[in-house]
Amino acid sequence: MAETNMDQRGLPKRDEGRDGNAEYWILRRIQTAAGSIPVVRTELSGKDILGKVKARFGIGRMSYHITPGLYAVGNARPNSPVLVSANYKLSFDSLRRELSGLDAWILVLDTKGINVWCAAGKGTFGTEELVHRIKDSGLDRVVSHRVIILPQLGAPGVAAHEVTRRTHFKIAYGPVRAADIKSFLAAGMKATPEMRSVRFNLKDRFVLTALEVTNPFKYLVIITAFFWVLGLLGLHILSWKAWYPYLGAILIGGFLVPVLLPWIPGRPFAWKGWLLGLAWAALVDIGQGLLPLTAASWERAVANVLLLPAISAFLAMGFTGSSTYTSLSGVLKEMRYAVPAILVSSFLGIALLAIALFQGL
Amino acid sequence: MKVHRHLRNVTTLAYDPDRCSGCGICAEVCPHAVFEIGDSKARITDRDLCMECGACARNCPFAAISVRAGVGCAWAILLSELKGREAPSCD
Repeated sequence: MAETNMDQRGLPKRDEGRDGNAEYWILRRIQTAAGSIPVVRTELSGKDILGKVKARFGIGRMSYHITPGLYAVGNARPNSPVLVSANYKLSFDSLRRELSGLDAWILVLDTKGINVWCAAGKGTFGTEELVHRIKDSGLDRVVSHRVIILPQLGAPGVAAHEVTRRTHFKIAYGPVRAADIKSFLAAGMKATPEMRSVRFNLKDRFVLTALEVTNPFKYLVIITAFFWVLGLLGLHILSWKAWYPYLGAILIGGFLVPVLLPWIPGRPFAWKGWLLGLAWAALVDIGQGLLPLTAASWERAVANVLLLPAISAFLAMGFTGSSTYTSLSGVLKEMRYAVPAILVSSFLGIALLAIALFQGL
Repeated sequence: MKVHRHLRNVTTLAYDPDRCSGCGICAEVCPHAVFEIGDSKARITDRDLCMECGACARNCPFAAISVRAGVGCAWAILLSELKGREAPSCD
């Protein structure tokens, strides 16, 4: 394995952050008119996969980046295609693993370790950085053609005509998913409508919620376990009976609503959350024997109906950012109604709980 | 394939066909197929599918498209309100 201790600019190799290792995914180097360029592996190692799992769970995600610049795949030649990527290692990995058996160049932009779509939204995967990186890497000396392939999801940050005017490189927008790159190249850089559209199917939503959205909920599990153990020890500070309604409301808003999204009636996310939260509140009232309403228990029964759906609605509304089809205008409109309603409902619910607690003393 | 839809009639997407040259870049970059090319000009298929990412407007060489681009994310909007920032973004 011909590894070197220098990066592509001839500087000592940067330590790869928390991995504490040099770039193990570099195979060898090739000489070009613009200097020595690292050739990257197209198969992911166990370390890459571990890194992916950690980043998915939010461990060290903000420092999971690689050095920007030009990389090579296979026996890249002057006529090989150039693919542009972000320097979030997960983005880079998902591209290179799709390039096995191909000869290509990868131009990695400095997106501060952020994925293509989010970086394009911020403008770091943008016209300026792309123009700079094309010039800085000496790409015009490395390749004989004048076409670069961008991931389609980078388009919000890049004005293709502007890049062409300033660098003489034409931009071809590639497919949304790296998995379609080979078909795209084989079809002479033509993407089918299917390759151009963003998906958001059941599996996508399930993985997203399981890995990303439920991530903050690990604290919930810890809290629940903590009170459960205290309960076992005879310390009933927060009983399971008092806690499970809220745990349920949180899981409904954060997990169930996203997974069942298209099948819950209504369009606003907060509404979908509220609806399932209401069903949950009814179940809780029945389960806690609060129905039919009595003079002694009505406050707690009504407080459940005011509080639990509000919690589910709030968390479901937060999933707008993870969805692939909401607009700023749409979410603003939804929030204009949902946020005041959630606040008022929660306030009244807490007030009723306080009354019930006061009467219980 | 199931097409997800959020609220109707909210997008700020505006398109001026008189400026359009029919180059097709808008149809190429849109992740929700809001544009298609017909009769040598772009045509909007369904405005309500627009997520205001801004890819079409930024890539149109003839400034025929405009949209207030931004993130459709409630957390980002809440944070930007709380911090008093102008444009919500994913930080």
